[in-house]
Amino acid sequence: MHNEQLIGDYRRMLLIRLFEEKLDELFSTGVIKGTSHLYAGQEAVAVGVCAALRSSDYMTSTHRGHGHFLAKGGDPKRIMAELFGKATGYSKGRGGSQHMACIDIGFLGSNGITGGGIPIATGAALAVQMKQSVLKQQAEDSVVVCFFGEGGAHIGMFHESLNMAGIWKLPVIYLCENNLYAMSVPLSEASSVQDIAVRGASYNMPGVIVDGCDYFKVREVVGEAARRARAGEGPTLIEAKTYRYYGHSKSDKREYRTREEEAEWRQRDPLLLLRDRLRNTEGVEDSLLESIRMQVEAEVEEAVQFATEIPEPDPMSVMDEVFVTP
Amino acid sequence: MREIFYSHAIREAIAEEMERDPSVFMLGEDIAEYGGAFKVTQGLSDRFGKERIRNTPISENSFVGVATGAALLGFRPIVDIMFQDFITLAMDQITNHATKIHYMYGGQMKVPLVIRTPAGGGRCYGPTHSQSLEAWFMHIPGLKVAAPATAYDAKGMLKSAIRDDNPVVFVESKLLYGQKGPVPEEEYLVPLGEARVIREGEDVTLIAYSRMTVESEKAARVLEQEGISCEVLDLRTLAPLDMGKVSDSVVKTGRAVIVEEGCLTNGVGAEVSARITESCFDYLNAPIRRVAALDVPVPCADSLERAALPDAGKIVTTVRRLLEQYS
Repeated sequence: MHNEQLIGDYRRMLLIRLFEEKLDELFSTGVIKGTSHLYAGQEAVAVGVCAALRSSDYMTSTHRGHGHFLAKGGDPKRIMAELFGKATGYSKGRGGSQHMACIDIGFLGSNGITGGGIPIATGAALAVQMKQSVLKQQAEDSVVVCFFGEGGAHIGMFHESLNMAGIWKLPVIYLCENNLYAMSVPLSEASSVQDIAVRGASYNMPGVIVDGCDYFKVREVVGEAARRARAGEGPTLIEAKTYRYYGHSKSDKREYRTREEEAEWRQRDPLLLLRDRLRNTEGVEDSLLESIRMQVEAEVEEAVQFATEIPEPDPMSVMDEVFVTP
Repeated sequence: MREIFYSHAIREAIAEEMERDPSVFMLGEDIAEYGGAFKVTQGLSDRFGKERIRNTPISENSFVGVATGAALLGFRPIVDIMFQDFITLAMDQITNHATKIHYMYGGQMKVPLVIRTPAGGGRCYGPTHSQSLEAWFMHIPGLKVAAPATAYDAKGMLKSAIRDDNPVVFVESKLLYGQKGPVPEEEYLVPLGEARVIREGEDVTLIAYSRMTVESEKAARVLEQEGISCEVLDLRTLAPLDMGKVSDSVVKTGRAVIVEEGCLTNGVGAEVSARITESCFDYLNAPIRRVAALDVPVPCADSLERAALPDAGKIVTTVRRLLEQYS
């Protein structure tokens, strides 16, 4: 009997990878309009985080959010539909790549403003805490995980929000995906410190560095942070060292970094690391891995087909839902 | 009917809604024991505790974001921005998040959020503590903007704002906090989005909101002595604008003067004026006039501040000239 969680998580990481590779193709051939920020290379972070959390926990995401959403359980068909600008996309075609949410699975939204989700996650954590203390919902012990990049760790709201979470001991995990470049600017030019994690000390919370290519290590540190949060011990700042394989967005030629550096990171590809572990330690046969790949490829194709066939939003609906109407 | 201060009417609205609904809570600077910079929330932390009347660090953008996040999970936060000038620090969370979330995520989530903020000058506080920026917020789809002029409206509209499922910027007036007005003991609501004729007249409509409604009434009393009959319309809510009431009045009088405490350029008056022209052009007997603050930072010295801000005297002068030219 194989470890079903590991195989499921490998499958999910592969889904993110193939979904993003397909998107790269669809953008470069002009099938999809707009812009997109691809998550390929960082899969072990999103999937490792979700492996350590409950499905009822909450998540806020970033401009590079497809991987987070897929890891949280988003439906690839409806994510693809949103990217195609279709009516049955998660945001009815209004949000596009950077603005998708699914409240039913606790995915509180990807976000086009760098760092913009940090206070929102903090507020969701305050709500969880106040559900216990003010509304007397004793069973409520959710955790909020807040993704942002190392670029997002430089905005004022990062500091303001971590400060509040530290004061109020909120059940939130700040998960910084440090992929070394904020668009083109390397961390060394944008940060006074080498590691974002050290900033946790200023806000009275642990700052933990983790190898973002290693699914197991991510799962372990997030598990400990979630335990702390549920026990009322407060927030944790986790910095996952990771790498995005594509440019910042579709128009980025990656002139600020070398092909050698990229090749070096690909040697420690998060999918390869997990696949080797499955083969060597878990005894998973190549035939099973091959059949997983074929299933996932089919799932991505199915998403593209779904998104292609469904209708565009009705232009008459453009003013719908600007306000909540009673 | 009893008369209470505008500030106490606001406090009553908050207390009643917090009593009624445990998901209502407040975030802001110095709102707990200190009672807020203008003592509006005095006593509320004793009554409801410091979890629900929650002091924050000086982090406007983030505590508006925190309120938004709490709203997504079912709470109804009221944020206190100590001076309206400081709301500029929170423009990202208001513009890009709180007001877009419902629409941009396909209607899945709502943000029932009230941002209370005192505006206006007249107290020699100087350029960064005296502004009236409400016109900025009329430019943001998905946002309601309320600006009551009386204690009665302040209480009834704030209760409506707290129960509204949309973000609302609730503009209060520092100079009105100390004004008394009749407020019934029993519960009532004043809906958002409805203007009100507070004085009937024949010759010209003075369209105002917040403290300028009071100045317009003063001007109307002076002008009455000169035989000029002013109708005074209190907009009460700036977004959505109640253009039905504005049109009805302008069609009747044929003249409109719009009065606001914010700067003239791209102000509330610019938008109201454009809409009157679009809807009532054939009924106008005179050009529309605007009385507003000069396009200058609000200066500190009393003499300079008076020179910069509109008041009853300036309204009188404007209306008098208008009637002389276009009688």
